Amino acid sequence: MDETLHNLLAPYKDKSEALIPILQHVQGELGYLSDEAMLAIAGTTGIPESRVYAVASFYAQFYFTRRGKNQTKVCSGTACHVKGAARILDTFERELGIACGTTSEDYEHTLETVACVGSCALAPVVVVNDEVHGQMESGRVGKIVAGLNTNGG
Amino acid sequence: MNAINTPADLGPMRDYCQAALGRQKVRFLVCAGTGCIAGGSMAVYQELQRLLSERDINVDVELLYEGKESDAGVGTSGCHGFCQMGPLVRVEPTGTFYTRVKAADVPDIITATLDENSEVERLLFKNPDGSRSVTEHDVPFYNRQQRIVLDKCGTINPEDIRDYFAVDGYQALAEILQHLSPMEVIDIVTASGLRGRGGAGFPAGRKWLGCHKAGGSPKYVVCNGDEGDPGAFMDRSVLEGNPLAVIEGMTIAAYSVGARYGYIYVRAEYPLAVVRLQKAIEQAKQYRLLGENIMGVDFDFDLYIFQGAGAFVCGESTALTLSIEGKRGMPRVAPRPRTTEVGLWDKPTLLNNVKTYAFIPDIIRRGADWFKSIGTESSSGTAVFALTGHIANSGLIEVPMGITLREIIYDIGGGIPHGGTFKAVQTGGPSGGCLPASLLDTPIDYDSLDEAGSIMGSGGMVIMDENTCMVDVARYFLQFTEEESCGQCVPCRLGTKQLLEILKDICKGKGRKADLDLLYELSHSVHGGSVCGLGQTAANPVLTTLRYFKDEYEAHIFEKRCPAKVCKDLISFRIDEEKCAGCTLCARACPVSAITGEKKQVHVIDQSICIQCGVCKEKCPTKFSAVECVSPKLVMEVA
Ligand SMILES: Cc1cc2nc3c(=O)[nH]c(=O)nc-3n(C[C@H](O)[C@H](O)[C@H](O)COP(=O)(O)O)c2cc1C
Ligand code: FES
Repeated sequence: MDETLHNLLAPYKDKSEALIPILQHVQGELGYLSDEAMLAIAGTTGIPESRVYAVASFYAQFYFTRRGKNQTKVCSGTACHVKGAARILDTFERELGIACGTTSEDYEHTLETVACVGSCALAPVVVVNDEVHGQMESGRVGKIVAGLNTNGG
Repeated sequence: MNAINTPADLGPMRDYCQAALGRQKVRFLVCAGTGCIAGGSMAVYQELQRLLSERDINVDVELLYEGKESDAGVGTSGCHGFCQMGPLVRVEPTGTFYTRVKAADVPDIITATLDENSEVERLLFKNPDGSRSVTEHDVPFYNRQQRIVLDKCGTINPEDIRDYFAVDGYQALAEILQHLSPMEVIDIVTASGLRGRGGAGFPAGRKWLGCHKAGGSPKYVVCNGDEGDPGAFMDRSVLEGNPLAVIEGMTIAAYSVGARYGYIYVRAEYPLAVVRLQKAIEQAKQYRLLGENIMGVDFDFDLYIFQGAGAFVCGESTALTLSIEGKRGMPRVAPRPRTTEVGLWDKPTLLNNVKTYAFIPDIIRRGADWFKSIGTESSSGTAVFALTGHIANSGLIEVPMGITLREIIYDIGGGIPHGGTFKAVQTGGPSGGCLPASLLDTPIDYDSLDEAGSIMGSGGMVIMDENTCMVDVARYFLQFTEEESCGQCVPCRLGTKQLLEILKDICKGKGRKADLDLLYELSHSVHGGSVCGLGQTAANPVLTTLRYFKDEYEAHIFEKRCPAKVCKDLISFRIDEEKCAGCTLCARACPVSAITGEKKQVHVIDQSICIQCGVCKEKCPTKFSAVECVSPKLVMEVA
């Protein structure tokens, strides 16, 4: 087991009831749940590998593949939907050159939708690297993407 | 004073905190709800601090508690509800209410308040008639509301427990620990008529009694803060704006049912709520309001936060408890024992919504009769709604039960903006329905909304104008439930999928006449055959749109026409030759280069390339308005 993973998991030895917080903690530190991480979690907690995977795959929060450096989440909640979220998403897909739910080949960007971030009064809403952009217009997408490419890239 | 060692300490503690806060002559409260932070409220906060310090004003709250006076201070508050007008700043004690404040406005605010004893006119809320409102009470959005749960959200600092003490926080817990037995507390909750605010409206007192009587130990108290309903943020705002009210409510519940441990289940997408809760729990422990021997009496209660991991179905009570246990959140199959008897870790568990708990301290302090006097006979108290969509004043509102949809939408919400017309109001999220204009006089209570085919839900209220396609809305919700179905029962797993496929076909212009009957039939099977509330209510959006907006389904199916011009496969964009001035803006913006035309010449859209993104219509200057959207689709001319 790699060192980081070992240290991360040390406090959870045999703590099978804490599976979801463990998955959250590991993903929070490593960005996603690699095969190696999943096996290590099973080993540390004593939960069978199949069950670790069964639980992790049930929840939308967990990812099994590497994610982009910049994460863009377009809200697809009801308030955002009726205020034109679909068009905002289309524009992001075009500007980033990737389909919703995917990561760019250079691992610069991940684009996905999220079902309501709780800022519905500002619909339509986009969350880019944890920053909330409210009252979005498709005309603003280009500028946001350009900002990511220069700052993050 | 830094701990509550007996319930009797609480009165002096309140006076102490009030006195300290009273030493500050003026307080600028900057909204630090998620909406206002997104709008830049933290920059306003920092600028206020910087400029006050430049004037040598001591803005440190701690010095107030050391007995020093101060001319002014800055604080953060939770959500005021009027997120759309944010960032918001409120000045105490005058209550002056500023909207859309930017850091650059701060010098003017400080000068007006501290030097001129006046207001910054341009930042006051502008009423539709052009007049300005000075305080929240003068703003129509607020003055028809009755705020109980939301009352403190915009007036106290949610990160300082002493602010909560100053507004009678923990008086209710002190009162019951001194004078009331668990059964007496449950009697008050029952007499208040409080019904669960998570959606189903189950009487809270009856649930508490069930858990109180259940045998088994330890017992648990769980707060449902999963708020999976898309388009709703009531629970988020309460947890962020007044977390201690929820914690005090849960502690009172724990005393009443005999619980030793509690969990607050918070949705994964709410990081700020988690931070505020963590701080609140930390401070409550410090002051002996959580942990062992609370307030020095023989009562122990520990509270933990559990972060959800992104599954709508985990809002269902049995799925939620399984999720805390580290399992897949699949609702238990009936017949099953009640959660109050066999819940978390198979122990008796009391599970209520965030708002249900948040009401409790007020009900104890002000009495069951007071609560019962608000609202209607069968639904007492107030209801909290997230009013969103096509509405002039969007935000969080709290109204007495029994108020009509019309009053909410027109008196509080200010009606439909941009001269639009009302088409539908959606309540109850994916489990609810869409009600048309003819039902606007329906009073808001559990039973009336049920009768109309929708549900009260936990508080999402999305207003839709004439540009909303009701078939698309039904498709939208079915896509949501189909994705969120946990998959264990066939009617829900396959039924929602089949409903979705039919709706998608209709939106694509591939609907058939028989689809209407099929939708009814399938809806009833999914409703009758599903294991949990998710499947049982999944067809509601379909059934209500079929009931009230059947003409739209028919237009899609028989005329291949989308009346609201939303469904891409049924619309075309066209440039009016008479109106086009050849400004080239559309051609340059078109992402697929479907528009051709020379400068100052009429432009033309190649329908075989056009992807109906609508950018051309957006870009076309209003003085020309040359691009129009038509449905049904233009027939392509074959060259
Ligand atoms: C699919 C589904 C999702 C639910 N989501 C929530 C939710 O997000 N928040 C909530 O409080 N209740 C939710 N409920 C209702 C809960 O099962 C439960 O009735 C409620 O939390 C009890 O609290 P109350 O009595 O205070 O309303 C949901 C129910 C179902 C079937
Ligand atoms: S619907 Fe988009 S933030 Fe709630």
